[in-house]
Amino acid sequence: MKQTALTHIHRSLGAKMVPFAGFEMPVQYEGLIAEHHAVRQAVGVFDVSHMGEFLIQGPEALDLVQSLTTNDASKLYPGKVQYSCMTNDQGGIVDDLLVYMLAENSYMLVVNASNIEKDFLWIQSRNIYDAQLTDVSDQTSLLAVQGPKATEALQTLTDVQLGTMGYYTFVKGRMADVDDVIISATGYTGAGGFELYVPNQAAEHLWRAVLEAGQAYGIKPCGLGARDTLRLEKAFCLYGNDIDDTTNPIEAGLGWITKFTKTFTASEIIRQIKEKGPSRRLVGFEMIDRGIPRQHYSIHDAEGHSIGHVTSGTQSPTLGKAIGLGYVPISHSAPGTEIFIDIRGRHLRARVVKTPFL
Amino acid sequence: MNIPADLLYTKDHEWVRIEGDIATVGITDFAQSELGDIVFVEIETLGQTLEREAVFGSVEAVKTVSDLYLPVSGEIVEVNEKINSNPELVNSDPYGEGWMIKVKLSDPSDRSGLLSASEYQQLIGA
Repeated sequence: MKQTALTHIHRSLGAKMVPFAGFEMPVQYEGLIAEHHAVRQAVGVFDVSHMGEFLIQGPEALDLVQSLTTNDASKLYPGKVQYSCMTNDQGGIVDDLLVYMLAENSYMLVVNASNIEKDFLWIQSRNIYDAQLTDVSDQTSLLAVQGPKATEALQTLTDVQLGTMGYYTFVKGRMADVDDVIISATGYTGAGGFELYVPNQAAEHLWRAVLEAGQAYGIKPCGLGARDTLRLEKAFCLYGNDIDDTTNPIEAGLGWITKFTKTFTASEIIRQIKEKGPSRRLVGFEMIDRGIPRQHYSIHDAEGHSIGHVTSGTQSPTLGKAIGLGYVPISHSAPGTEIFIDIRGRHLRARVVKTPFL
Repeated sequence: MNIPADLLYTKDHEWVRIEGDIATVGITDFAQSELGDIVFVEIETLGQTLEREAVFGSVEAVKTVSDLYLPVSGEIVEVNEKINSNPELVNSDPYGEGWMIKVKLSDPSDRSGLLSASEYQQLIGA
């Protein structure tokens, strides 16, 4: 089991540790719901160092990125981040990722922990360009400081003007006496805040500094449990749940990051899916009957026919109701449509709703 | 981990307090901490007579769902209404206000399958 540079701190804080994507990770500290509310209402800090980071550098770095990813990376400039995904030859999703333009001919891809090896091999196999690929995942730690108070809390640690940074931009700057921190106005909670990339050696120092700076704002260390409920309230896709090698970006609702201004792996297949319209769609739904939908539960129509499956589900701590994502045929994808979730043998009523839920 | 010495336990992490022919049943401190924040407890077996180890309900936490197994054979004569509106009581007070059901025992002398506090402690490695 891999550890992050902060594993010993999580243990000392009494976190419940679980295996996740080959890493021993904190799923919660004092409690999922308290951590969730801390992020929505104030600020929380997550160790997400299990995420993978690759560097792509060289004169044809952009060509490689463009050929692999669905979004248009030519729109990037140094200091800009883009959400994107990599597709396979069938039009399925290899991974969803962030693309950072660090400098001319220099990009950083941030990938899911569960996909680090798969992605690296995939990119390597498609690198017909003059581009150098480096996996820096094992040297890089990542702290996500999220919530409406994140900016104020972190501002005490840096001269970088955090309040003026646009969403999905980053700067390399000094924070808590650590040089060259990648301070990125991104996140997976929809609560605002920053993601901080540092070398492993600096991770513990930065973690402690962030917790101290956040104390006045009610900061809590937060685990993967709250990370999941926070992202689900915003209907952000989770790889392995809502998207995978067999789902295409169009049916997953990722058409907005799929640009046909260039070609990429299976772009022709995906363009046709977009033109004809997908046969099914990832939708959000909320339970009408009492029950909590969970991954793999089947979805049924009013006649009892199985029409799809739940990809993510939880009780939303903010809304106080049970919500989920799942694939259903287009005929059942309109908001307001009543569907039924098979929750442990009982078909319970649910309603398709617009996403995000919050 | 809180494991009161005066209760009996099961390998499925329920506790039982037997008083005469009535057993009060809940889940242990270990169980609630493993489940995490509990969102609701569903028990629709009131009035039913069930055998030991039958499923008498389920507990839904934010992250997971778990069946509830009856530690003793008997009739379910009462369900704790309080945990309907305040399921977090199961987290905060699993042996007290977070109790789940009362069972009228089929055989008040039967203790089969039940563990003492020290045996349960050993089971969970606490």
